[in-house]
Amino acid sequence: MFANQIGYYSLILGLLISVLLCGVSIKDFNSNSKQISQNILSLSFLQLFFVIISFLSLILSFINSDFSNETVFNNSHTTKPLFYKISGTWGNHEGSLLLWLLVLTLFIFVFLIKSKEQPKKYRILTLLFQEVIIIGFFLFVLVTSNPFNYLFPIPTEGLGLNPILQDPALAIHPPILYLGYVGTSIIFSSSLAAVTQNYVSKEWGQHIKKWVLVSWVFLTIGIMLGSIWAYYELGWGGFWFWDPVENVSLMPWLTLTALIHCILVLERRGTLTSWVVILSITTFTLSMCGTFLVRSGILNSVHTFANDPARGIFILIFLFILIILSLGVFFLFHKENNKNSNNFFWLSRETSILVNNWFMMFFLSVILIGTVYPIFLDVISAEKISVGPPFYQKLIVPFLIPFLLFMSLGPRLKWIKSKIENKNSLIITFIISVILTFFIIKNLTSDLLFYTLLVSAAFFLFFTTLKELFIKKSNNISQSVAHFGFSLLILSILFNSILSSEIITNIKIGEKYIFSKGEIFFKKIEKSEESNFNSIIAYFEIKNENGKIIELNPEIRVYNQPEVITSEADIKTTLLEDKFLVMNLVKGNEYFNIRYQVKPFMIWIWISVLLLSLGGLMSLFKKKYEQ
Amino acid sequence: MNNKFILIFFLIFLSFCFIIFYKGLNNSNTYIPKISEEKNIPLFKAKDFNSNIDITSDKVFEKNSYYIVNIWASWCVPCRKEHPLLMELSKTQSVKLIGLNYRDKLKNAKKFINELGNPYSQILIDNDGMLAVEFGAYGVPETFLIDKNKKIIEKFVGPINQEIVEKIKLIIK
Repeated sequence: MFANQIGYYSLILGLLISVLLCGVSIKDFNSNSKQISQNILSLSFLQLFFVIISFLSLILSFINSDFSNETVFNNSHTTKPLFYKISGTWGNHEGSLLLWLLVLTLFIFVFLIKSKEQPKKYRILTLLFQEVIIIGFFLFVLVTSNPFNYLFPIPTEGLGLNPILQDPALAIHPPILYLGYVGTSIIFSSSLAAVTQNYVSKEWGQHIKKWVLVSWVFLTIGIMLGSIWAYYELGWGGFWFWDPVENVSLMPWLTLTALIHCILVLERRGTLTSWVVILSITTFTLSMCGTFLVRSGILNSVHTFANDPARGIFILIFLFILIILSLGVFFLFHKENNKNSNNFFWLSRETSILVNNWFMMFFLSVILIGTVYPIFLDVISAEKISVGPPFYQKLIVPFLIPFLLFMSLGPRLKWIKSKIENKNSLIITFIISVILTFFIIKNLTSDLLFYTLLVSAAFFLFFTTLKELFIKKSNNISQSVAHFGFSLLILSILFNSILSSEIITNIKIGEKYIFSKGEIFFKKIEKSEESNFNSIIAYFEIKNENGKIIELNPEIRVYNQPEVITSEADIKTTLLEDKFLVMNLVKGNEYFNIRYQVKPFMIWIWISVLLLSLGGLMSLFKKKYEQ
Repeated sequence: MNNKFILIFFLIFLSFCFIIFYKGLNNSNTYIPKISEEKNIPLFKAKDFNSNIDITSDKVFEKNSYYIVNIWASWCVPCRKEHPLLMELSKTQSVKLIGLNYRDKLKNAKKFINELGNPYSQILIDNDGMLAVEFGAYGVPETFLIDKNKKIIEKFVGPINQEIVEKIKLIIK
């Protein structure tokens, strides 16, 4: 109860400090001193400090199961394990917004400390733009989603955390994803500041690149964690469903990826300034847009907890204020540097990066349209449609072929003007890829030509990057690692989707189900009791063609608070394939409905995403030896 | 000049998006399927449940009789619930029940019928679920009422209940 009040009042103090910080910054902007005043740093620290206090007191309320707090009451329960009590703090609307605020204030503080060599006016403007966002979020939290609402009389027990959110991957998924999402806010603010100061230059590129990389790495890992959660916990037997909320996290990732590449050009050649600025603005706008779509309940999805139009309208207005502000700044201040603008030689690193951008923009448009078109259609014609995986697959997958080919060739080109070297070795690699692919997939799919092209393009990238990594030892290891990771990702996804097999059947205890590649034996079930759920554990033995037996124990959990039944898949992971078994209760019947899937190369999807982020990390810590 | 034009265009576009999103917020997002308007039954070819012989839709549906097409599966829990009502309907003379066995194992489906009784005058096999899609179904169970002109006049999503049974009886009288 005490923590509750501390939390609430520190939020208000935080808001006051933010307003004060704006005033002090404006005053300092017009002063003649060369460095920004110490007051700004101290105030920025205080702002961060109060948000931390507020966040900690919310965590404390969750740990103590203080049900006089409405958020705790709605999302926690005394029988929940401590770990999930803590993760419950950000597993709900109010708490997650507080986390947004925490990251926002943390990042601007770090930015101020880390940007001491940058021009003073640019730093202050970045701070001001960031404060607009921060104050917006302070108001949003305090006005529509106060995490410290007081309940009286105090309930004795809470409503519990949604069981599907009680998962280790999901406990860390929001903070990591937010670090990525909110990290883009710094890119947004600083690019606007740089535009107003006409400072979009090589120096700025070098300075902002670190922030872009940090956000990108967190975003990549955050998306992966979400995907892991969907795979292990939701039991749908896949890792990506083109769910609107997944798309919403992928869209900023695409623009951020394009931005990383553009910044490389900016850093080297001082061009592509418009691209850089527009991508910076778009990335953050898409993150905000994502927050709007998820938090307002305008979409139907596993993630939409909040369904309060007032909140939606607040974010909507806020979002459009930010868009109009950034557009205004861009059109008023941005001057394209005409001297050495986009006159690139057709065969050069710059051109290949531009090509990469256009591909990214294409993928982005497909996903954007697929995600928001149903909303538009619903409003205009009251027609409900839902856009599913076939739409995305049809539109994206074919374009992966040229994309992968460009990606194999692009990094081999030199800046300014280049020619393709080692043509022969490239052609040989390509032919090897095609032949290899043909023999691997010749018996696997009906659409041979298409898949041969697709998989061989992926193999081509795989081999070229592999060669760069181990044979040529190029000095740009971070890029090779990231691209290698990407090729591995595409290959794993492709083989995963081509080679996956599935069996759905009803089976009762003691029965054997025989299929072409083995048999499933349902041995027995056992019941067990945990503090917050009861579970039925089933024992299955699965024999494959070689007579090798593995045991799988899927579970059905009946959570007590709130009363929800979930199916826990049992997954046996090996380097080559995952065996996935999930079962459901068939009511009033001794039969269980089971779904058994063999999914090849699942683990490689996660490994390759980790490699991809490792590439980003290496680039972040890379010294300037390249220049 | 050019810039101004782009800016104005952007602002108009943004306001449009704003209005759409604003309206979208107030829309309820629970999904209410529209009852399909009078629609001819699809032409199809399917395997018969008992004989495993291909038959065409013309053979299944004759003019001058009411039909009820019920999509079911042995693994579908609500199907089990609505089954007694189907049994009740099958006793009415003026309507014939056609079952569409949706994505099922023949063995399980036969067990289901043996256990609970067979209300259908004919059962068709829909192994890949395409037939159900052609009828315009959302899932299992689903029930269609077909009139004497081979038109779908009613569609019931989800298990039928007593109320629906009364409604059907009223129409076919």
